[in-house]
Amino acid sequence: MAEKISYKSVFFNPLSKDNPVVVQILGICSALAVTAKLEPAIVMGLSVIAVLAFSNVIISLIRNTIPTNIRIIVQLVVVAGLVVIVNQLLLAYAYDVSKQLSVFIGLIITNCILMGRLEAFAMSNRPWPSFLDGVGNGLGYTIILVIVAFFRELLGSGTLFGCQVMPQWLYNHGYENNGLMILPPMALIVVACIIWVQRSYNKDLQDK
Amino acid sequence: MRPYFEDGGRLHAFRSVYDGFDTFLFTPETTSHSGTHIHDAMDSKRTMIIVVLALVPCLLFGMYNTGYQHWLAAGQGVGPFWTMLLYGFLAVLPKLVVAYVVGLGIEFVVAQWRGEEIQEGFLVSGILIPLICPIETPLWMIAVATAFSVIFVKEVFGGTGYNIFNVALVTRAFLFFAYPASMSGDKPFIARDSILGIGGDVPDTFTGATPLGQVATMAGDAMHPITGVTGAEVSQWDMFLGLIPGSFGETSTLCILIGAAILLFTGIASWRIILSVFAGGAFMAWIANMTATPTYPVSFLSVGDQLCLGGFAFAAVFMATDPVTAARTTAGKYIYGFLLGVIAIIIRTYNNGYPEGAMLAVLLMNALAPLIDYCVVQCNINRRARRARLNS
Repeated sequence: MAEKISYKSVFFNPLSKDNPVVVQILGICSALAVTAKLEPAIVMGLSVIAVLAFSNVIISLIRNTIPTNIRIIVQLVVVAGLVVIVNQLLLAYAYDVSKQLSVFIGLIITNCILMGRLEAFAMSNRPWPSFLDGVGNGLGYTIILVIVAFFRELLGSGTLFGCQVMPQWLYNHGYENNGLMILPPMALIVVACIIWVQRSYNKDLQDK
Repeated sequence: MRPYFEDGGRLHAFRSVYDGFDTFLFTPETTSHSGTHIHDAMDSKRTMIIVVLALVPCLLFGMYNTGYQHWLAAGQGVGPFWTMLLYGFLAVLPKLVVAYVVGLGIEFVVAQWRGEEIQEGFLVSGILIPLICPIETPLWMIAVATAFSVIFVKEVFGGTGYNIFNVALVTRAFLFFAYPASMSGDKPFIARDSILGIGGDVPDTFTGATPLGQVATMAGDAMHPITGVTGAEVSQWDMFLGLIPGSFGETSTLCILIGAAILLFTGIASWRIILSVFAGGAFMAWIANMTATPTYPVSFLSVGDQLCLGGFAFAAVFMATDPVTAARTTAGKYIYGFLLGVIAIIIRTYNNGYPEGAMLAVLLMNALAPLIDYCVVQCNINRRARRARLNS
């Protein structure tokens, strides 16, 4: 180990200061696709946490035996195997949600966060910090997904987890759900707002 | 009063608000005195006021037409002229107020917060927003959409003059995609309720689709006649005058042409853009008409109808010419306008889901305008570089 790393910063940095979505701008594609409702967003987040944590651990365990020139292929095989397992689990135990998520569980393989963490962290660190790093980054991703999905579902459908939240009297007075919130562009704008809020709190993230 | 707002004055924090009102209608006569550049007193505030003046014919006609359609729909024939005008005025006034209060409110707050002068760009947007919305759009929707587009289209890019997209059109696009039920179809284009006892009540079952909306849902091999609210056929002359259901201020091609004349005479709008938008629209409408098929009923419309109906003319004169979002090079203006006209007619004709394509066409071309300018400038640089090589 080249330098000593604190487990705490490995786990907590990705939650806000080094968030994979709003600071590194990775994994935006799935943030657009699965955040129209809260439920699929949370399931997607959990799947990414699981895949990220375990692929980090596995890669970290075999990091010294992987030949450098084929490491990407090895990483992809590990991630693909885990994604298939997660997909089968979802099909078995949460069929409806996995129908909604459709191809996006499979597309976790191409999620930039995964390859990024494997290359940048797991390849050069021990299994335990790699596991923490995976869980931390997955959580950071999930938090953003849940925030975006909360606003999109609340304003776009008037519901949370499928339950009606907007009171009926609002509708009687002419309120209507905002159809644009369901469409992907608003996910980008909500993510942009989160970035805006976060950068105005963390001054050191602001571009000079 | 001014000393209070100077540096160190008691009310210094509100300096930008004071400046905004101080120079509201009369421009300070400060012109540049040195250097090689010449400025006249024509600043953006004066420009905006002239655009607003050019919009007044459309606004007045929109008021009249709102009353006219309402009277017809309520089954009372044609009412007295002034009463109908008053009805339309009362119908649109709340929308104007809401658009201005929300939009200017945000501009004031942002200007104070950044310590800048208040930008006057919203003077035009605020009057455009009610003009391009259906008369029955709920006020809170206008407020939400205005706030959205002022913040996300204008202020985050740095305020007036830095926006990529036309603010008023983004407001309408937001409304169109967010609340489709209230923004299209055959309900929202006719004012339905009496206001302050003026006008009658329109029955709930009454429907009055815009001409383009009617055409888009037509079936069969040939054109059916376009009908007005009473079911009578609409003549070409009515379409030109604008006595048809439609968004508030964009029905009358005549008034739009008057506005265009004002803008062109004062040199504010670019005649190149207006001309090429109409050329592009006419060209595409002609192609569509040549290859008309029943699958796309709008393609049966003649070239003249295509240019008169819907928001095409309004978009060509007031939206496409927005100097901030349009192309800036001379050749670029021709390309920008021509493509805009072509795309507007393509969307309108070949997508039956969107009866009007002018809004989307302008926004699309807004996005492409910098690219067009870049290509034109690069072409020019290359041409000159070649000439320089030949000469040396």
